[in-house]
Amino acid sequence: MLDDFFTRAVLAGLGLALVAGPLGSFVVWRRMAYFGDSTAHAAILGVAFALAFDISIYAGTLAVAVSMACLVSALVARGQAMDTMLGVLSHSALALGLVAISFVPQARSDLGGYLFGDILAVGRSDLVLIWTGAALVLGVLILRWQRLVTSSLNEELAMAAGIDPRVERLVLSLALAVVVALAIRVVGSLLISAMLIVPAAAARGWARTPERMAAGAALIAAASVILGLWSSLRLDTPAGPSIVTAAAMFFVLSQALRRG
Amino acid sequence: MSALISSSALTVHRPGTSEPVLAQVDFRIQPGEIVTVVGPNGSGKSSLIRALLGHMPLASGRVVRKRGLRIGYVPQRVQLDTAIPMTVRRFLSLPTRVTDAQAEAALARTGVAGLGARQLTQLSGGQFQRVLLARALLSDPHLLVLDEPTQGLDQPGIVAFYQLIEEVRRQTGAAVLMVSHDLLVVMRSSDRVVCLNGHVCCEGTPQHVSTAPEYRALFGAEAQGTLALYRHRHDHDHDLMPAGAHVHGPGCGHDHTAPRR
Repeated sequence: MLDDFFTRAVLAGLGLALVAGPLGSFVVWRRMAYFGDSTAHAAILGVAFALAFDISIYAGTLAVAVSMACLVSALVARGQAMDTMLGVLSHSALALGLVAISFVPQARSDLGGYLFGDILAVGRSDLVLIWTGAALVLGVLILRWQRLVTSSLNEELAMAAGIDPRVERLVLSLALAVVVALAIRVVGSLLISAMLIVPAAAARGWARTPERMAAGAALIAAASVILGLWSSLRLDTPAGPSIVTAAAMFFVLSQALRRG
Repeated sequence: MSALISSSALTVHRPGTSEPVLAQVDFRIQPGEIVTVVGPNGSGKSSLIRALLGHMPLASGRVVRKRGLRIGYVPQRVQLDTAIPMTVRRFLSLPTRVTDAQAEAALARTGVAGLGARQLTQLSGGQFQRVLLARALLSDPHLLVLDEPTQGLDQPGIVAFYQLIEEVRRQTGAAVLMVSHDLLVVMRSSDRVVCLNGHVCCEGTPQHVSTAPEYRALFGAEAQGTLALYRHRHDHDHDLMPAGAHVHGPGCGHDHTAPRR
């Protein structure tokens, strides 16, 4: 069954969807959308490093994404104007990545693959990595769920309960970095944030509790993967963008139903 | 009886500077006591609360909290993110899960029974403060800490909220530490008042504080209102009565217009 490239693509996408739903909900709750962007855009720099030094793409992007997450956290903690700072970092990281990657001859040809993902080329080892990483991040989120939700809702209330909001913020930043690294093959560095935010935003309209929103976001992300890949096969459109387009359609649908 | 929390020579700096917000504050609260901290804006009221709770580093001095002290805390101006969907029932289970029965009992105790299924963002200001109080009561606290719990409430709402606090104290025996702006109401529902302005200006019973020159210097016209309150205490009883509803005794010198904020 795993011999079929399409089956592998679906499985890889579903693995990502499973973790992108809950994590994306936190991104929406904490208004970290730009934060996700800057981490994701930095991933392309990671790809350049990985190719230049001949290490795994996942290791390269993970290292750069983690450094970026730490850098942003540090700047925010120092009280920099958040949106400007992230705007600077996000696009500088992307530009720097594109410049760096142009020095690596073998990468120039499949630059599009890193920007928009190449889910149809996912191999067995990619699948193992994606599912292991997704399970790991999901496990951490579930174990720390109460703490994470409390400190996302209100940091003072969290502190009163003996929770250190800084720790929870760091956990989320690191989880984000891991998911960015996992997603680079699936939707590419330009669309990772969309995979996190769009399904969560679509689930927001129907959800009455954080748990339902997280579960709803995971379901919508999974449905987007299946619908996107299916239409990609039928219409011969690029897979990553098709998945995000499907998610965007679910979002529009959720908004329309909400009003009606 | 040993104090629930006490501080000696507590000094706190504004974050990131060496500018003191609070200097040399000696404070203690005993079991079952209602203590209210009053003071102008920027006088360090919230900093005192945070330092006593251990949420803020001390520049010097020390804070001693009784071992095993359970605190129910309602922070100032809880800004809820509207991005996060949250029912009242779910909120009560954060971060410690409680049973439906416990949740319903806590809501009933604070007068908001049956709101469990409501979204937090759909509550009125008064309802939300009561939900916060219900949540703070769930841990069966020895001490309730309320930082400006009546902000944004109207006058009847404020009076009703303080009545609720006194009732909770009577039922649970919990001590209450409050920060408040509502001088008039505070003066009648507290056992002890601490008047703060970077340091402790004066403290003691409400009667004592309301006649203290430091307090009157700090609050001006508004202090005159609380003074009048005590001068006329024997005339009539303000309890449970909205302002203006009571009958003035002969020779009563106060009116109801002066102390409005």
